[in-house]
Amino acid sequence: MSDPRRRLPRASTTLLQLAAIVLAILLTTLVLLAANAPPVAAYLNILLGAVGSWNVAANVVVSWVPLLLATAGLLVTFTAGLWNIGIEGQITLGAVFTTWILRAAQGTSVDPDLAIALSILAGMAGGALWALLAGALKTFGGVNEIFGGLGLNFVASALNLWLIFGPWKRPGVASMSGTVPFVKELWLPTLSAQSRLAPAAVALALAAVVIVYVLLQGTHFGLRLKAVGKNSSAAYLLGVPTWQHMMISFALCGVFAGLAGAVQVTAVYHRLIPSISSGYGYLGLMVAMLAGFRAALAAVVALFFAALNVGSIQLPIVLKQDSSLAGVLQGTLVLFVLLAQGVRQRLSSRTSRRAS
Amino acid sequence: MQIELREIRKTFGPVRANDGITLSVPGASIQGILGENGAGKSTLMKILSGFIRPDSGAILLDGRAATIRSPADAIRQGIGMLHQDPLDFPPLKVLDNFILGRSGSLFPDRRRAAREFRDLAASFDFGIDPDAWVNGLTVGERQQLEILRLLWFGARALILDEPTTGISQPQKEKLFATLRRLAAQGMTILFVSHKLEDVELLCSSVAVLRQGALVGTARPPYETASLVRMMFEREVAPSRRVPPSPGAPILSLQGVSLEALRLQISDVSFDARAGEVIGLAGMEGSGQSVLLSACAGLVHPVAGRVLVKKRDLTGQSYHAFMRDGVAYLPAARLEQGLVGGLSLSDHFVLSEGRGLFIDRKGAGDLAADRICTYNIKGSPSNTVESLSGGNQQRMLLALLKRSLSLILLEHPTRGLDIESTLYIWSRLQERCAQGASIVFISADLDEVLQFSDRVLVFFAGRVSPPLPADQLTVESLGGLIGGKGWETLGKAAGA
Repeated sequence: MSDPRRRLPRASTTLLQLAAIVLAILLTTLVLLAANAPPVAAYLNILLGAVGSWNVAANVVVSWVPLLLATAGLLVTFTAGLWNIGIEGQITLGAVFTTWILRAAQGTSVDPDLAIALSILAGMAGGALWALLAGALKTFGGVNEIFGGLGLNFVASALNLWLIFGPWKRPGVASMSGTVPFVKELWLPTLSAQSRLAPAAVALALAAVVIVYVLLQGTHFGLRLKAVGKNSSAAYLLGVPTWQHMMISFALCGVFAGLAGAVQVTAVYHRLIPSISSGYGYLGLMVAMLAGFRAALAAVVALFFAALNVGSIQLPIVLKQDSSLAGVLQGTLVLFVLLAQGVRQRLSSRTSRRAS
Repeated sequence: MQIELREIRKTFGPVRANDGITLSVPGASIQGILGENGAGKSTLMKILSGFIRPDSGAILLDGRAATIRSPADAIRQGIGMLHQDPLDFPPLKVLDNFILGRSGSLFPDRRRAAREFRDLAASFDFGIDPDAWVNGLTVGERQQLEILRLLWFGARALILDEPTTGISQPQKEKLFATLRRLAAQGMTILFVSHKLEDVELLCSSVAVLRQGALVGTARPPYETASLVRMMFEREVAPSRRVPPSPGAPILSLQGVSLEALRLQISDVSFDARAGEVIGLAGMEGSGQSVLLSACAGLVHPVAGRVLVKKRDLTGQSYHAFMRDGVAYLPAARLEQGLVGGLSLSDHFVLSEGRGLFIDRKGAGDLAADRICTYNIKGSPSNTVESLSGGNQQRMLLALLKRSLSLILLEHPTRGLDIESTLYIWSRLQERCAQGASIVFISADLDEVLQFSDRVLVFFAGRVSPPLPADQLTVESLGGLIGGKGWETLGKAAGA
């Protein structure tokens, strides 16, 4: 017997994946046609919207950073066999904690660089805290991490709204546009005065992917995490403390999610806004799935998704179409790629059955 | 209903589960089906009840050839099966379970069903409330519910698979009375069991299966000894083991009581000494797995103490037991013992590796070395699921730490060929020679007798004192497993 996954020749696997991408584009084209939009023009606009100028390309990178951070975190929890749906709330809590520290530091004599660094650390702690809550619910309360995470997402966004409209509201009238922006000294330095692209944030995101890659590929911890994810009872019998590893993976994912929230506050919005997580957590789930849970590929897929998101902003302006088209393409892409994986498994189990 | 099975054959891979079984069961009778684990009883009953299709052979119901395509098809043709674990839906109410599976209109007539349920239950003197929740019922009551449901569906033949496991004595008496009454009314009953006493008490005829074949039938009055002989008879190589001089106790169980899903084990005490092999014998589900888990800290006793090398580890986790030199090898190799998707090399790193970064080269060398030592057919980069069963078991042995004081094994050679079996035991005996103590479960009487120094027999949660293996025969051991000869045990064992 050989590895069943090797049963199917590599060529047909690639073919299946290509077919998935073609099908996703086809379905999105159908959606465009149904909406009376010229498909070619739409795709061209997305492309130009993503790479047409230095400015939009920089925006793609700005959007790439939180997505990459969320995906990096999710790779850790996926490896442990956990569906960390609660990542949205973890991003939000990271943003809240960061805002908290920056508000405290604003107007004091604390060195701005130190304040920013502390606020980012606080954001990471906030994300980890929220993730550990989901982990504790699972480990000690028997609550599935999907249900616990979903519940905690709602709590996090309620907490966020309460802060914006309550204790941290703008002087005078509270508003959906968020809290009062911080003084410029507390902004993470960007490339230029107009740009929102902070080199430090990009470095942090890239470092996160590298750390996760090394952690999962090269360390004993990563291997133990893999064992827990693939078969926790066997891992336990082989001497791996299973629930402790699950908790650590939650905490690590929370750290990266919290960092994403911190970056959104310090580098992008310079304040706390109601939709601070911007769906990057959910999008990260899709990126991780599409990348087959591989860190190296995740960076590329995340960049592609970020480009789709930024590129589609052009659609309402130029073609009077809604920008949610990016979501349609991303969603169908993930669905068809997963479908292709299912088909591949079915085919390979059939060939192996025939072989035996 | 008269049931005739002709030349039923069914193979699973190399295993001949049913090897040309021909059996005729007249209407209005209770037919006992006896056999040890793996004799083919369950396969035959699953074929008759439509769960699996035979490779060849014919089923005749009332003289007419029948094809049974599914369990639903079986019940349409009048055959109902009562499973060992009742197939009901505990989160639902009794009445919902009663109605479930009945074809009919979109909206069931609950009021009529409730009336019919009450009438039927009253006629058998079953006191089940249709509005009760099923998870609040005892196993015996769930069985009664299932019988009523099958009768309501129009069953004319009932198959009962080990129905007396986990029910109380009064419930058993009621069950037997019900079955006798149903048989008197014309029902055909197939009663599958390994409990000789139950079969002898109830059945009007007994068929004995062994290794997939029908080896004999018997009618009352039954001779227990001849039934046991039919069930277990074979050539057994006598133990070639030289009994070791008993070393110091490694594992001590002191008055251990355990509670499992349908079993209660009370007050078990024994020592496993250095260099000693203790075999746990019994039909599957008689308590030996629970006891073995308790020896590893995977199940915690409700009373009593578990000591390893005189250290009280009662209530501690398996990892604490591991630190004191205990290893547990589960029967489900790929489900519990090994991590599917990880390579052989990964497994060695998992069980031995320390530190932050993995030394890939060192791990590969270690894996190659162990693969060679343990004669595993595979390379370090193969995933464990690509190994054959025998090689998976060798892999589990290869993963054992170098110095161990107690090795607990569940079915160490199940599904393995003779060569792998002997190899595995030679490695285990090496461990014994180094001073380890071994406790293992096996459904194979030969294996128990051949490799154990002492044997603990399990029957429905009852545990015998340790019996010296050289004083046991296949027949005496087979009788004990079937629940016979326990009265004389106290005297024979001496302590």
